[in-house]
Amino acid sequence: MSIKRKLSRRSVLKGAAGAAAAGVLGFPAISKAQSDVIKIGHLTPRTGFLGTLGEFAVQAADLAVEEINGKGGVLGRKIELLKEDSVNPQTASTKAERMIERDQVACIVGEISSASALTIAQVAQRTKNLFVNTGANSDALRGSNCNKYMFHVESQNSMYVKTVGRALLAQNMVKGKKWYSLTADYAFGHDLLRVAKRFMEANGGEFAADELVPTDAADFSAFLVKIRDAKPDLVVSNLAGVQITNFLKQFSEFGLDFPVAGFGFDTAVAWGAGQGNFFGTWPLVWHHLVDTPGSKAFVAAFTKKYGRPPDNQAWGDYVAMHILAKSMNEIKSIEAPKLIEHWEKGAKFDLLKTREGYFRAYDHQLMHEMYAVEALKTSELKNQWDIYKPGPPTPGPDEDLEVIAATKEENVCNMSA
Amino acid sequence: MSATLFAQQVLNGLLDGVYYLLIALGLSLIFSLGGIINLAHGAFYAIGAYLTVVIAPHLGFSGALVVSPIAVALLGILIERFLFRRFYRSDPILSLLLTFGLAMVAEQSLRMIFGAPPMSFGLPQALRGPIIVGDFIYSYYRTLLLGVAAVCVIGLWLLLNKTAFGRVVRAGVQNPDMVGALGISLQPYMAAVAALGIGLAALAGVLLAPIYSIHPAMGQEIITPAFVVVVIGGLGSFWGVIVAALLVGLVKGMTIAFGYAQASTAVIYFMMLLVLLFRPRGLFGERIQKFE
Repeated sequence: MSIKRKLSRRSVLKGAAGAAAAGVLGFPAISKAQSDVIKIGHLTPRTGFLGTLGEFAVQAADLAVEEINGKGGVLGRKIELLKEDSVNPQTASTKAERMIERDQVACIVGEISSASALTIAQVAQRTKNLFVNTGANSDALRGSNCNKYMFHVESQNSMYVKTVGRALLAQNMVKGKKWYSLTADYAFGHDLLRVAKRFMEANGGEFAADELVPTDAADFSAFLVKIRDAKPDLVVSNLAGVQITNFLKQFSEFGLDFPVAGFGFDTAVAWGAGQGNFFGTWPLVWHHLVDTPGSKAFVAAFTKKYGRPPDNQAWGDYVAMHILAKSMNEIKSIEAPKLIEHWEKGAKFDLLKTREGYFRAYDHQLMHEMYAVEALKTSELKNQWDIYKPGPPTPGPDEDLEVIAATKEENVCNMSA
Repeated sequence: MSATLFAQQVLNGLLDGVYYLLIALGLSLIFSLGGIINLAHGAFYAIGAYLTVVIAPHLGFSGALVVSPIAVALLGILIERFLFRRFYRSDPILSLLLTFGLAMVAEQSLRMIFGAPPMSFGLPQALRGPIIVGDFIYSYYRTLLLGVAAVCVIGLWLLLNKTAFGRVVRAGVQNPDMVGALGISLQPYMAAVAALGIGLAALAGVLLAPIYSIHPAMGQEIITPAFVVVVIGGLGSFWGVIVAALLVGLVKGMTIAFGYAQASTAVIYFMMLLVLLFRPRGLFGERIQKFE
């Protein structure tokens, strides 16, 4: 594939290597060093069934950049965010390519869809640029598809499953119990189902049924009729995006009273279900009721700017931008190889939680606390935002952060340079 | 699967199709009379749902049920007057482009005004819960919904078949030139039909707002299956659309009932393919002279 690079006169004249490097790929550092801003590409779905979450991501990234630039930027330069709708895996890959090759971004941040994150990661690897995944969960991205240029601020499916799994074990909802699971029929859902099944079987549970639900299916009535007939002990959601909203609304419409738990979740979809339509136990990477000074400041700043509290996706893009800015300032470089080296060495970051986190060297997964939240009853609701009881972080203060993550054996990652 | 469960799924499937019906009927009407394939029809459904969220806190859900469809129907009259009207006699591809663009403008406008996350809206407490008869379960709200849909369908049929208005519309579908020659101007009828069709889409939006997720792309989600219903039923055929809607719901429901849920969206397109292969005009498609 041929790539045309636009040559400006200035870039040729500046620096002796300019002329020689012109038109040759693999010298992105030279042109990056010449501009007076640091460009960062932000790609995430802003339309379609995950677009409902992308808006929080974009707003949070904007807020983070505003804060970073307000404090003097990175290495004396301002950060400029190039934001695009990633739409689908094909478009995501094309746009990532364009951001890297034409716009010369320092790195790419974002994504929610596991399918699109994979194609962006492939571009990042081929062009040796950094991709920080803030919202795609599949274990495969940290396992069979892992690569040296991709880091994950978002938790992997295993972390979600083990976090909510602990809560379910405490509620005695696993051993000898029958689960009825509904799974989003695409990369994320398949991956989550695999991990959830592993957890369930290891702990003595079984499936009453597991169903794959097309991502564009809005009506759950046929499933609800089946669920009532199957009389499961627990209804499990491996759904995604607005699917969860539809499911919650209709489950409550049919007046079913089976316990519900989810292995993947975003606060925004429950906010959208309306009062009294949220129930069950769900995992979150972060939520707006986390009781730390950092989280409180973030929630206050976000609410002031956008008129609503941030959801978990907002947290991902917000901390990713701050991790990048802090690391670039610390190592005095914006180059991918240096950042990768820094992060693989175990650099620690403030994640607005009770403990600092770090990227695990062998699979690039951020190690950090997670939360299992339980829905409040309708009578306990005080406002439209605080819809669950904020529980303590998982793992607990005395445990290793890695206990909720997939082990090396569960999720094999062989990273080629 | 037990016989009771099977019977329940058959019933549920048939009723599921009803949700597409209100949208498909309007689509079919506007196409038959004006020759406009209204890709923006889903957008009016979405606007209807969003208006419900805006209106319900002030006038209640029943208030929204009346006000929202009327407001959107008025919007429909404006759109007919300033946009559709210019395209009745031109190449259908132009109106296709127009309505495709209109759908995108509407979706993005909703995103800009209300934000991308789903709007918080649920069923009023009084309308929740199941109706249980023996082993049968059905949602109480959906039973009401079925009633409203039935009233609309019967009302529309009476309007088209038993009134002077309906006679002119039906004549206009078959032979607009002859209607013109008889000294009847079709323009006001077109406006009325657009308002009616678009208002029905908005009504569907209000009715489904409490049980479906209200988000900017919701129109896109519903427009494709609605089109499939119109194509299977046959353009211009009132009963064709109704039979097709029930059939689509039934086939979809059965696919889920027998454990092939992952194919439950694909199956309706497969059905459309079969119908197009063997009956290109649709199951009950009428021969409309001006489109031949």
